[in-house]
Amino acid sequence: MSVLAAPEAKAAPVRNVLEARGIVKSYGHVVALDGVDFELRAGEILAVVGDNGAGKSTLIKTLTGAVVPDSGEILLDGEPVHFKGPLDARHRGIETVYQDLAVAPALDIPSNLFLGRELLSPGLLGSLFRRLDKRRMRDEAERAMAELKFRLPSIASRVENLSGGQRQGVAVARAAVFARKLVIMDEPTAALGVRETGQVLELIRTIRDRGLPVVLISHNMPNVFDLADRIFIMRLGRRAAVVSPKSHSMADVVAIMTGAVKADGG
Amino acid sequence: MSSATPSAPEASAGLLSRVKTIPSVGPVLVLLAFCLVFAVTNPRFLAPHNLSIILQQTIVVGTLAIGQTLVILTAGIDLAVGAICVLGTIVAGKLVNLGYDPMLSMLFAVVLCTLSGLVAGTLVSRLDLPPFIVTLGTLGILTAALRLISQGGAFPVQDSFLGLTGNTFRVGSFVLTYGVLAMLLLYAAAWYLLNETRWGRHVYAIGNNPEAARLVGIPVRRHLLQVYALAGLIYGITAWLALGRIPNADPNALQTANLDSITAVVIGGTSLFGGRGGLVGTLIGALIVGVLRNGLTLAGIDPLWQDLVTGILVILAVAFDQLSRRRR
Repeated sequence: MSVLAAPEAKAAPVRNVLEARGIVKSYGHVVALDGVDFELRAGEILAVVGDNGAGKSTLIKTLTGAVVPDSGEILLDGEPVHFKGPLDARHRGIETVYQDLAVAPALDIPSNLFLGRELLSPGLLGSLFRRLDKRRMRDEAERAMAELKFRLPSIASRVENLSGGQRQGVAVARAAVFARKLVIMDEPTAALGVRETGQVLELIRTIRDRGLPVVLISHNMPNVFDLADRIFIMRLGRRAAVVSPKSHSMADVVAIMTGAVKADGG
Repeated sequence: MSSATPSAPEASAGLLSRVKTIPSVGPVLVLLAFCLVFAVTNPRFLAPHNLSIILQQTIVVGTLAIGQTLVILTAGIDLAVGAICVLGTIVAGKLVNLGYDPMLSMLFAVVLCTLSGLVAGTLVSRLDLPPFIVTLGTLGILTAALRLISQGGAFPVQDSFLGLTGNTFRVGSFVLTYGVLAMLLLYAAAWYLLNETRWGRHVYAIGNNPEAARLVGIPVRRHLLQVYALAGLIYGITAWLALGRIPNADPNALQTANLDSITAVVIGGTSLFGGRGGLVGTLIGALIVGVLRNGLTLAGIDPLWQDLVTGILVILAVAFDQLSRRRR
């Protein structure tokens, strides 16, 4: 395993890494997703915005395998996939970062980075005695953090001794290290202060610049406009528009989100 | 001394802060303090003969505390430690007294103890019942059932295999039993499992943040089940060690095993809130409990006072844990 997943080649500028077509999901007679099309391009940060109840989280859950859609298809690198659960999506190279800090505070940084995917020693020690290769995990964690330009105190620090931003940085780095296709970030900075949010946003940008596409779900419009290459706007279970932060203002996006302005599909 | 340099206080501060990061320093100091007090008040305390006895007296609680540590690390608690162990001694003793093969009888008893742990683990992990209630219920059920089986009374178990771990060997002027050796080997094996393997790392992760553990794909429920089953297995093995200590199966034995094992774990620095601590501390904690009971007995103090002091000790240790948690 390389420290960071190999960045996808940037050859074709509009290659879709992840694509969804006509996704429908209803709960009883509440239609959460009403035929949504979605595409994530290689090397971009795509922000997904929408009012509460617009279907953002249901859409993201179908993409991470947490929810199986009633109809519609999902294509990963052009290939149809049917995720039966979050682990399925992970095995296909999709990592998710959550709002609440998904770290084990009493464990150190390498243990958290490799949590659930610990490396074992080579040879019999690993295969028979199931021995952890702590040294290699520490070295690789150090290398990954250096590559992501994310500054931390000693790599041996327990995560509980880190600031909130640094903790979330560890969770984001974990996703970046193991994602082969894309990273989905669900409100990754919602629990953080202003300065700490800045650290994490910088990290997300670095990940994008290394070639890994990112889906960013956020309520924070300034952050969205700061980071996103494109903005996917949802309203009432449908795709209202996909706009560029260069051609549209925050006011425009909010207007489309709330239905004050009709946008033509995007 | 003239050679004192200005850097000396700095160096000692560095050493002090480094010492503080070693988690078992506190328990070791407590152990040494108790030893000091008892050694001063009674010269017989430090005699090799007495130290050997302390080790032998620590076997049962010390080994039970391994399982208790595993359970507490997952933020659970096991109030059925003593009861499951007694289940092992009664079943093995009964079967041997009925004329069954001793080795098979012991094996059957150990399997039964493991199953008890498995049942408790199933209730905790599948039905999300609080470990406190599940194991308290197990304690009640087993205690009553064992009294019914044995008609309330203790009975002797005279068998060379069941008593095997009571056999002694000499190390210098110390007299150790195979039970002491078995306890230390179990500690070593469990330490390896907990500190050097993925399985152990996941025990800590689950105790720390079960939601995070689930999100990274650790099968939390299955892992919890395994922890309780393994604890049951350890209690079963302890039953064999207990029969080596005292060749007697007594449904009313080990009444203080809950208090003692939890005290050993908590005073050893493992947090009742899960995810922090470990077996080195527990072993020292078990020795503290052993030293305390032995020292008070040597001083001729009523055993009831021992329970009282142990009770104070466990509350102090938990208070300390809670305070240091608040500071985090």
